[in-house]
Amino acid sequence: MLDIKSVSKTFNPGTPNQNTVLHSVDLHLDNGDFVTVIGGNGAGKSTLLNVISGAVLPDNGQVLIDTDDVTWLPEYRRARYLGRVFQDPMQGTAGDMGIDENLALAARRGQRRGLAWGIMRPEREQYKQVLQDLNLGLEGRLSIKVKLLSGGQRQALTLLMATLKQPKILLLDEHTAALDPKTGARVLELTQSLIEEHHLTTLMITHNMRDAIRYGNRLIMMHEGRIILDIRGTEKQKLTVEDLLHQFEKASGTALDNDRMLLS
Amino acid sequence: MFWIIQSAISQGILWGIMALGVYITFRVLNFADLTVDGSFALGGALSAVLVYHGVPPLLAVLAATIGGLAAGFCTGFLNTKLRIPGLLASILTQIALYSINLRIMGSPNLSLLRIDTLFTKLAAAGFPDRWVTMALAIVCSLIVILLMYWLFGTEIGSAIRATGNNPKMIRALGVHTDTTTILGLVFGNGLVALSGGLIAQQQGYGDIGMGTGAIVIGLAAIIIGEVLFPQTNFMLRLTGVIVGAVVYRIVIALVLKMGLRSTDMKLFTAILVALALYLPTLRGHARQFQLRRRNGHA
Repeated sequence: MLDIKSVSKTFNPGTPNQNTVLHSVDLHLDNGDFVTVIGGNGAGKSTLLNVISGAVLPDNGQVLIDTDDVTWLPEYRRARYLGRVFQDPMQGTAGDMGIDENLALAARRGQRRGLAWGIMRPEREQYKQVLQDLNLGLEGRLSIKVKLLSGGQRQALTLLMATLKQPKILLLDEHTAALDPKTGARVLELTQSLIEEHHLTTLMITHNMRDAIRYGNRLIMMHEGRIILDIRGTEKQKLTVEDLLHQFEKASGTALDNDRMLLS
Repeated sequence: MFWIIQSAISQGILWGIMALGVYITFRVLNFADLTVDGSFALGGALSAVLVYHGVPPLLAVLAATIGGLAAGFCTGFLNTKLRIPGLLASILTQIALYSINLRIMGSPNLSLLRIDTLFTKLAAAGFPDRWVTMALAIVCSLIVILLMYWLFGTEIGSAIRATGNNPKMIRALGVHTDTTTILGLVFGNGLVALSGGLIAQQQGYGDIGMGTGAIVIGLAAIIIGEVLFPQTNFMLRLTGVIVGAVVYRIVIALVLKMGLRSTDMKLFTAILVALALYLPTLRGHARQFQLRRRNGHA
């Protein structure tokens, strides 16, 4: 489904701020994999996701989605493969537009947009239905502006938008980090159920080790631009936070430095 | 007095079309586009020159509009393809248009005295002069409002609105924001030049300086419209911009009647817009002050 082949990325090459964030990273995702990604500060997690989404182009290496080479495809042309949810709830939706309009924009992800109406009548019924399943009480408020919603509601809506048109790969970049713990947990439950319902191949960055262990069928840990741990199957099911910390120290030779990760 | 008000209304509606163009760039696209001053004069220059050389007045207005579309494209190209910041890109187009407009007209001013325009032709057909201007202005602005309402309801229009609102999000949904930005600037400046072309024919001359400060007048009209029609649907908001331009014109006419010079109007407009833009901040301060007093800290 997804193949990353020896991808490297250095920011600010040739300057005192030179910073290699990805060292020849290889990663293969099978169809239906739900992979959680953890790692310390500056481990390269977000850059890895950005290389897949096209927000950052790699210095070398290859990115293949479903055997299509997308390495040099601009961000907007990769959109048809990808559903994305960002950390900041404000970034995934257009605040000045209605819930229905946002969903309609997402329903046309990766399609050619023409002079047909931006939202058709039957679509509204369909959106009412999917919102009802979300159980946030939004189905009766289809046309209110998204900026009036809470962060949790916006993030749930963004998730819905990312999966409305089935993506090949779902990319989640700490999408619950900006929410309070209770709301974050609800959004994660929703994430899980949407992934199961649509059998989505997913890459989810999280700073919460417990979440990384609880969710998904595979866990990778990054450190200084490399994937240092790749745990899957029954081994992952038996994993505990203590195991993970221990394995991290063994693999990296240092203690974990992500403050948020240790505090949560 | 009635005639003064009526003329102000007609003028206001015609300028309102310009303000609708500014609405597209400034509000929908969230792009501070100073091309407007140049593209308004471009519309006026093209319209005046073509009519002067015997081109049918309606065709001249159409050519003026196309000129505006091109001006908007230039700014969009500079901004998206050459990555020049929007404000600077639009100033570059604006300053370039000054030379171009002079080339088009051949002189800083071109009078259309005793030359048939859209307005004189209809007047010659027997309709009273003043009402012709008003009727024509209303018809044109109605067409523009309906066109905008339709356009921004389409898939492309929705993508343009989303580009102004959250470019990162709409890129993630597969929209090339370079294209939508250019499209918004093209439409906006097309309307601005259409307005310039109509006004040149209505006032009977084209002038190199006719666009100076147009952007500020456009902003004034938008803000007045938003104050008069708060929290409303898109159709009424567009109508509000036209109403805002009319109110602005009436205020100007009254202030002139009170004895201010017409050359003072730009200062007057600048102060008006500055105050209007300060309004939200002022409201915030007032609210804080009230809260502090209620809690006994004042």
